[in-house]
Amino acid sequence: MSPLWIVRRIGFYVLVTLVLAFFAVPMLWLASAPFDSKPGLGLRWPDWTFRNVVATFEHPYALTSLVNSLLLCVLATVVTTVLAALAAYALSRVRIPGRDLLLYLLLLLSSVVTGTAAMVPIFVMMLQLGLINSQFGTALVIAGGMLPAAIFILKDFMDAVPRSYEESARVFGASPRQVLSHVVLPVARPGVATIFVWAFVNAWGNFLLPFLLLRDVGQQPAAVLLRTLYDEGGSANLTVIPVFSLLYSIPVVVLYLFVNKRYGFRFHGGIKS
Amino acid sequence: MDSSGLGVRRAVGFVAPALLLIGVFLVFPALWTLYIGITNYQLTGPAAADPQVVGLDNVVEAVRDPLFTNSLWLTALFVLGSAVIGQNLLGFGLAWLLRTVRPGLRRTVEGLVLLSWILPGTVVAYLWFAVLSRDTGTLGMLLGSPQTAWLVQYPMTSLIIFNVWRGTAFSMLLYTSALAAVPPSQLETARLMGASGWQTVRDVVFPHIRGHVLTNTLLISLWTANDFTPFLLTAGGPNHRSEVLPVLIYRQALEGGQLGYASAMSMLLLVGNLAIALVYLRLLRRRA
Repeated sequence: MSPLWIVRRIGFYVLVTLVLAFFAVPMLWLASAPFDSKPGLGLRWPDWTFRNVVATFEHPYALTSLVNSLLLCVLATVVTTVLAALAAYALSRVRIPGRDLLLYLLLLLSSVVTGTAAMVPIFVMMLQLGLINSQFGTALVIAGGMLPAAIFILKDFMDAVPRSYEESARVFGASPRQVLSHVVLPVARPGVATIFVWAFVNAWGNFLLPFLLLRDVGQQPAAVLLRTLYDEGGSANLTVIPVFSLLYSIPVVVLYLFVNKRYGFRFHGGIKS
Repeated sequence: MDSSGLGVRRAVGFVAPALLLIGVFLVFPALWTLYIGITNYQLTGPAAADPQVVGLDNVVEAVRDPLFTNSLWLTALFVLGSAVIGQNLLGFGLAWLLRTVRPGLRRTVEGLVLLSWILPGTVVAYLWFAVLSRDTGTLGMLLGSPQTAWLVQYPMTSLIIFNVWRGTAFSMLLYTSALAAVPPSQLETARLMGASGWQTVRDVVFPHIRGHVLTNTLLISLWTANDFTPFLLTAGGPNHRSEVLPVLIYRQALEGGQLGYASAMSMLLLVGNLAIALVYLRLLRRRA
């Protein structure tokens, strides 16, 4: 162990510590501010209290907006997962005329047409259809945006399901519907779960589309409400914001822990280099 | 071929609902952007009821509009600083450094990086207000200059650092899987021959992951250019100094009511996206 080696080891750990601090420090606020008697925009050791939690639960829109988020998110996620699974399976197994072109266009669409690039026409379209303030409409818009990528990722998983399974099931007289629900979906479950979690996290955090399309505070999800939490004086309502941020983050953190434990956050063969 | 026994007709039935949603909520809006972009459509007033086609006037006006050129420049700065340089280097650095550390430490670092990626944008904005705000902010406290209002005095630098924090996870994941494909024997040889870390990365690792670097750079550039989170942090201010393109489009369309003009700018964003995506797909094809 030469001195040089020791210096390099120390340098290495200093570097890792700095990176760790860079990522961790901003998040500490989420642990301290919700339980501080005088929460502010800054970090300090809290003067512990649960009053903010009580105040948040008493806020007229806080819980409503979390329910709205859940509604919006479940709807968008279920629509995305179910439709993407059906489409990916069919595209994986049957050579529909024009399939390769379709897949190419889907991949192109999934990256080119973003919510930011298409916000004006989406807003105008929903306005003319009378779907401003419709949670159902907003959920469908969110689902439409996620579908191309979802189909594409799921097709990779479906391609990896051995065809021989289906063939034997059919030999035993299973209908296509039975083959899909009893053979293919159980085998492709990690893929379906991936898409479900991916779609949920995306829809849960989506700010732009609900912000554009849901103007009535009673319909707004947590993402939008959190942005507009002001007290009577017109400044940010710091009693409610920290606790609400924490509540709103919990589902994402739980999903993250679940995925991390169950599958691990790794890119498997699916990622194209 | 058709092991599922679906048949073409039923297969089309399986694909149709997804395509319908994509068609209505993605393809149609994209095409409609092109049309609205050549009209003088407005949110309110006479041009709201009866928009006139004005051709390419909007595009010409945009190119001459100092707000638009300012925004293009800021977007380029944002993409270059936070994605091409920041996320790319930090993502690779993390993947490279974390190979050798203890699994516990590795999981902790990776977990935090991933968390900063998946937390909702609105929450993340408040986390960074708490870091960057004046008087009480964590950064001012750490550096002993609580009088600095970072988001007001250095809006673009703040956004770039924020976005490195926010988006490095993807690059880290991608480079981690890319590094797993570098043959360990070659790394071992380099080590035995006394190559330094930098030499190893340049001469042994880089040739193996060149494709990944390109893929990663294209994808994160595209996402960063279309990211709306800057709106949550600075809303384009102060005085347009952090008004990247997505924020400018939003403010022109929804705050200014200039739907036609904003669409013309969206159209330019779409063209930029298309250019990056075509390069990306070309790379994929060549490797397939």
